[in-house]
Amino acid sequence: MSVSTGHPQKSASPQAHDDLESVREMVQSCIQCGTCTGSCPNAFAMDLTPRHLWRLVLLDRHEAVFQSRTFMLCSACYFCTLRCPRGLPLTEAMHALKQTASREKLERYRPVTAFYRRFIESVRRHGRVNELEFMTYYFAEMKNPMLPLRYSGLGLRLVAKGKLPLRWPARPTRPLEALFRKVAELEEAT
Amino acid sequence: MKYHYYPGCSLEGTAREYDLSTRSLLAALDVQLADIEGWTCCGASAAEATSALLALALPARNLALAERRGDSMDVLVPCSACYLNLRTVAEKMRSNAPLAAQINSVLGAEQLHLDGRLRVRHLLDVLATDVGPAAIRTRVVQPLEGLRIAPYYGCQCLRPFVDFDDPEMPISMEPLIRATGAEVFPWRMGGRCCGASHMSTQREVGTVLVAGILEAAHGADAIATVCPMCQMNLEAIQGAAGRAAGKDLHINMLYLPQLIGLSMGLDAAGLGVQLNLAFDGALKRRITAAA
Repeated sequence: MSVSTGHPQKSASPQAHDDLESVREMVQSCIQCGTCTGSCPNAFAMDLTPRHLWRLVLLDRHEAVFQSRTFMLCSACYFCTLRCPRGLPLTEAMHALKQTASREKLERYRPVTAFYRRFIESVRRHGRVNELEFMTYYFAEMKNPMLPLRYSGLGLRLVAKGKLPLRWPARPTRPLEALFRKVAELEEAT
Repeated sequence: MKYHYYPGCSLEGTAREYDLSTRSLLAALDVQLADIEGWTCCGASAAEATSALLALALPARNLALAERRGDSMDVLVPCSACYLNLRTVAEKMRSNAPLAAQINSVLGAEQLHLDGRLRVRHLLDVLATDVGPAAIRTRVVQPLEGLRIAPYYGCQCLRPFVDFDDPEMPISMEPLIRATGAEVFPWRMGGRCCGASHMSTQREVGTVLVAGILEAAHGADAIATVCPMCQMNLEAIQGAAGRAAGKDLHINMLYLPQLIGLSMGLDAAGLGVQLNLAFDGALKRRITAAA
């Protein structure tokens, strides 16, 4: 993939474009040394190295950034943040890209973003996560009959150990409803 | 010694043995815990992938509940992901006034307020720093002699906040392991990443990371962990990771408080060892036979 300068590709969604701007601010003083890439335990599985991703962010190559699976492969080990000679908040920048992919419901990231979204919805309903409930909704959304099989082996072992109750949660008490609403309100205002 | 206690969702379910062993060990060491009343999820790895403000508001609520009691006890957190989320909020409250105001604006919707005056501490920090290996050594009744234990720290208790250990080459677990009578298995994987939530969302990548760690632990009798996600990743797919790597990667896995608790002769069931996915009878007999 070429990284030569070109006309910044504007996003179809103004919100997504703003997000790239905030990420650009985070990595503004990147010197392209590649310490992040050399420190990343997931670099082997990435289509773009972290260094390359930051370059594309700085060039405002919105489309290229959101075609890459690189940021979704960040496992938040914080080695890059720790070692970055410029002291840049690189893990936080990866999170910001994940947030955009989630908010924009970008299709190629849905297997991951739906997992987190369903998790958070369960927290919103009950205050604490209920694995059985959120995984059920996750499977239903993904509509992939093979997907539950990937989890069934471990799931059964956890059930056998009594660590995963096979009990649908009681009616939602929504103890965090006011907090969630306020967060949404403030995020819409900015 | 007394602390606010934030168990977090994992310790109520899939990591119940971490909660059991933490409570059991700390009680035996005369450390008191005050559970944060009405605690809720810290956001785990899910909130930070969804909304930046939510990722701060969820842990902030729990710190505000602890603060409301009006004392100055530290907040003790055994789960590394919970620890990092709570610790991050504590840091933002100190260093970022506009963000602190925004967090309090959210908490205001629940009639809560956060000053950010409580320190957030990881269980390993409390054991290594406040309790200390000397206090443990005097309580050991079943020295784990001849056992080689690989200390596994994972990421989020070490980085990005450098509170109690070297973030690259951690050592804080070693004196605690030696205090039990066991040997420290020398390896360089203690602070490497287990893949965290990749195991749920991108398992083929997580499996490579897990296999690398398990392979390096070859020759150790067990791996000791201080995080429910690390523990789950390293114990749950030993069979599959081994098949992929063409090697037998099975190894015993214990939470650090279980290991220490066993050496102190605490009731094994009370430490929840029957709930572990990778703790075989042979090792258990070897430990209890040492008495």
